[in-house]
Amino acid sequence: MTKTLSMMERSPRRREVLLGAAAGAAALVVAPAVLTGTAQAAVTADAAAYPAKAFAQTTEAAALKIMYGGAPTHSAAVKMNAPDIAENGAVVPVTVDTSMANVTSVALLAIDNPFTMAAAYKIPAGTNPGISSRLKLAKTTKVVSVVQSGGKLYSASKPVKVTLGGCG
Amino acid sequence: MAHQILIHASTASGMTTVEALVKHPMDSGFVKDKAGKIIPPHYIEVIEFTHAGKVVLTGFWGPAVSKNPFIKFSFKGGKSGDPISVSWVDNKGEKASVSSNIM
Amino acid sequence: MRLIIMALMGASFALFGSLASARAATPINPQADMKAFQGYFLKRFPKVPLAAYVNGPYNFSKSEADQWKQIMEFPPYQFALDTGKSVFNTKFPNGKDYASCFPNGGVGIAQNYPMFDPKTGRVVTLGIAINRCRVANGLKKLKLTTGPMADILAYMTSTSDGKPINVVVPNNPKALAAYRAGKEYFYSRRGQLNFSCASCHVQEAGMHLRGNVLAPALGMTAAFPLYRSKWGNMGTLVRRFIGCNKKVHSVPAKPDSAAYRDLAYFLTYMNNGLPVSGPGARP
Repeated sequence: MTKTLSMMERSPRRREVLLGAAAGAAALVVAPAVLTGTAQAAVTADAAAYPAKAFAQTTEAAALKIMYGGAPTHSAAVKMNAPDIAENGAVVPVTVDTSMANVTSVALLAIDNPFTMAAAYKIPAGTNPGISSRLKLAKTTKVVSVVQSGGKLYSASKPVKVTLGGCG
Repeated sequence: MAHQILIHASTASGMTTVEALVKHPMDSGFVKDKAGKIIPPHYIEVIEFTHAGKVVLTGFWGPAVSKNPFIKFSFKGGKSGDPISVSWVDNKGEKASVSSNIM
Repeated sequence: MRLIIMALMGASFALFGSLASARAATPINPQADMKAFQGYFLKRFPKVPLAAYVNGPYNFSKSEADQWKQIMEFPPYQFALDTGKSVFNTKFPNGKDYASCFPNGGVGIAQNYPMFDPKTGRVVTLGIAINRCRVANGLKKLKLTTGPMADILAYMTSTSDGKPINVVVPNNPKALAAYRAGKEYFYSRRGQLNFSCASCHVQEAGMHLRGNVLAPALGMTAAFPLYRSKWGNMGTLVRRFIGCNKKVHSVPAKPDSAAYRDLAYFLTYMNNGLPVSGPGARP
């Protein structure tokens, strides 16, 4: 249980990434400029708070019932961004966001993964419900984003195709 | 094993955006090693971010979160120099934390 | 899916086979080869500017490019870069350090590798130069494929970010022979699948192989070492050579073999003028 802090200086990789027109517009990719780990902090993450049972479920309904005690209704106000085809199923960028007010929780589920619940977040007042992260998808699956707002559950979903990589 | 956490927080128009990359294998328990033995599950269960002592995000993760997890979110308020800290605990009881300042 | 593979295997290899032998028979002219090599890609993909080739497959798939951009928000090689820098700056037990083995203290020099060493008559990659430095200072060689070597390479390469690749093939018979051997390796078919490097990375460049885009050989070396999601960690160019050889069911060469040194020499020379962009991230 060693804890090593990572101290980084200004990244040398702040530069424009040029892409050919075949892939659409050129993009600006900016590496994080300053990464400073200056001190060790108290560990506030509490293992006892982990909803282990919800994460052990193999269906969306069971996972959400245990996590939130209910089922979501589809809502266009839940926005999610996930690729149509994952370039690698081990690292699939998924972003969820919503314009809804009073959001207290956001969850991501991968329906055809061995365990359905992938991640869940508690959103305190003042925190934006938009969260970007990267998920592992075991195979082609529907990814569901769930937002809890005013005690009610809303969802959006998107199928993500996971193909076998061809290159060794 | 050394636990590393890279964190980057910056403010713009009253919002603080936090990005973090956490070094962790996030083993799912469904993958075999070269010898054909199952690699036991080893993943972060709880990750928490605090700003000036107040919790701004609590994440619960399962084994479906990618290796070396990345997370990005934002919260209202926060100013340059404010302390931001992150800590995590995994299913084996290992834990780590780091503190930084908003740019 | 199967159809794509079949089409790939049935592609017209005859053309390239004859081209390879025709080239091998002509006098060695690396400069002319490089012009022709770069010109081939620029003509074939007129919308992709030369410098963009360092971004490999992402020029050919908007979806993959979008995912890559998100991943590059906080690149997965950041830990390796961090570790590599601290390893590079750590003194050896004898008090010397890596910087003492390289011109300019090892900073901003990655674009000059692989380099021909007239003393040994062999090609030296930056990885092999790092190992030479270690041995000269009483330390063991590092594995050339992944781990600490990839970390150190990530850091050293990052200090050359954006510098034009500048591999030199001097007018020395051994250097020219190494270049020719690398070129022949690149165009020779091998393995049960009977593929050459060029089969996938010249002829089929930009096409899909199952879920991946085949990266053009042009620009390919510029982003190494890289973090591959498939590996879940860092790897060097040599690691990728080994992977490609295995994929076509041929026996890989040794990481420090003449075959891979020469191949790296040829391939990186073909990228002369392109900006160093490693470390990189790929699926």
